[in-house]
Amino acid sequence: MTTAAAPDGHARGAALAEAALAGDRRALARLLTAVESRTPTAESAIRILHPRAGGAHVIGITGAPGSGKSTLVNALLRELRARGRSVAVIAVDPSSPITGGAILGDRVRMQEHATDDGVFIRSMAARGHAGGLAATTDAAVAVLDAAGFDVVIVETVGTGQSEVEVVATTDTTVVLEAPGMGDEIQAIKAGIMEVADLFVINKADRDGADQVERELEGMKSLAMARDWDPPVLRTVAQQGAGVAELLAQVREHGHWLRGHGGLARKARERARLRFESLLAEASVRRAKALAGPARLEAALQGIADRTLDPYTAVDEILSQA
Amino acid sequence: MGPMSDRPIKVLIAKPGLDGHDRGAKVLARGLRDEGFEVVYTGLRQTPDMIVTAALQEDVDTVGLSILSGAHMTLLPRICELLRERGLGDVLVTAGGIIPDEDVPRLRDAGVAAVFGPGTTIGEVAAFLRENVRPRDAA
Ligand SMILES: Nc1nc2c(ncn2[C@@H]2O[C@H](COP(=O)(O)OP(=O)(O)O)[C@@H](O)[C@H]2O)c(=O)[nH]1
Ligand SMILES: [Mg+2]
Repeated sequence: MTTAAAPDGHARGAALAEAALAGDRRALARLLTAVESRTPTAESAIRILHPRAGGAHVIGITGAPGSGKSTLVNALLRELRARGRSVAVIAVDPSSPITGGAILGDRVRMQEHATDDGVFIRSMAARGHAGGLAATTDAAVAVLDAAGFDVVIVETVGTGQSEVEVVATTDTTVVLEAPGMGDEIQAIKAGIMEVADLFVINKADRDGADQVERELEGMKSLAMARDWDPPVLRTVAQQGAGVAELLAQVREHGHWLRGHGGLARKARERARLRFESLLAEASVRRAKALAGPARLEAALQGIADRTLDPYTAVDEILSQA
Repeated sequence: MGPMSDRPIKVLIAKPGLDGHDRGAKVLARGLRDEGFEVVYTGLRQTPDMIVTAALQEDVDTVGLSILSGAHMTLLPRICELLRERGLGDVLVTAGGIIPDEDVPRLRDAGVAAVFGPGTTIGEVAAFLRENVRPRDAA
């Protein structure tokens, strides 16, 4: 993000955006890297691509590790491809907080689509984007949307707040449960009942699916009443069973969104997320630049020495800016 | 600013060929994760086309090919060639597995930057990748 790199980055961003719009997959991939790293390249590309996005149906899939998300994405790809729809997948996996490394293994389950031109699969490590993961993912979705994919699927582990935010900004949020993952359903822990548009009990070939369904229905009856009553479906992702019905419900939810101003609401929610996270970042950057390193250092040291309180320190920095 | 200074190196670990053992590849994947790499793993029995498509879509910096099947003299050069054809000539390619010493020079000519023998440690692989991954456009 150095200013020296910026002019290059901006020219490169515009060139990559135009190439991606023209169907160049390598340019698209490089653009996604820029988006992940939040570089000037991404910035100028998004300026071009943002107005072109909005045509794709964005599906979020979340659930505990091992519940079958990637296998289900694979099955969805099969169904969607059979109907001639082009699909992009973003599979987010956690980064190690200690080393920053990550294993991105979701593609393993999607190998039958590995060389299909109508499919584009991209793994993303969550990295340290505290709170910004959803904004970054949403920007990546916008790029794929603008590039012309009919459907964009986002897979993420439903463990933390930022992951929940990721799927909450999709058009249709699918929450996956599976029998044998522990004695209480995972959605309770993660607090994602509120954002689920569809519940799927995967691994319905296993014992315990009835139990999971009872618990889910029980939870739903306690949850806040909503205009859209999220249905509970069953799938055996490995065999593709129940996947056509799932897609039918996704479409149904899409119709409902359109009919109830839901799409506009989702669009505003996404806009808020992107705008506020960018505004926060840009504000911090500008305030720091205006204050300069000496004043920032003095403020830090003052707070550490307790000769200055943190609120006064921030007020002083901002009043100079 | 250094090349991609705030971005971990992204590596694709792929298993071309028909053999059904991926223990070694998985150990390497986990090891590199612990070294701070972002490791894309794609599973067994990858064709050159699958590997190159994954490298392209994932925009990896480097591809590590793990091969035990003995078909390395056809598969590895084919993968390098396909990478260049698809505009991925700047992606660093390394290989490991069971590869006889006498085959190494020809593989290097074909574009494989390093061949790691069975005794190579993960630390050595990580160091080689850090040293040799081409600096990419940081903007
Ligand atoms: N029995 C059964 N196993 C499944 C089903 N769907 C996925 N699995 C298996 O569950 C494991 C985890 O699947 P994966 O898709 O990687 O889960 P993720 O971590 O949620 O993405 C794999 O071994 C799958 O083969 C299913 O419907 N039934
Ligand atoms: Mg997965």
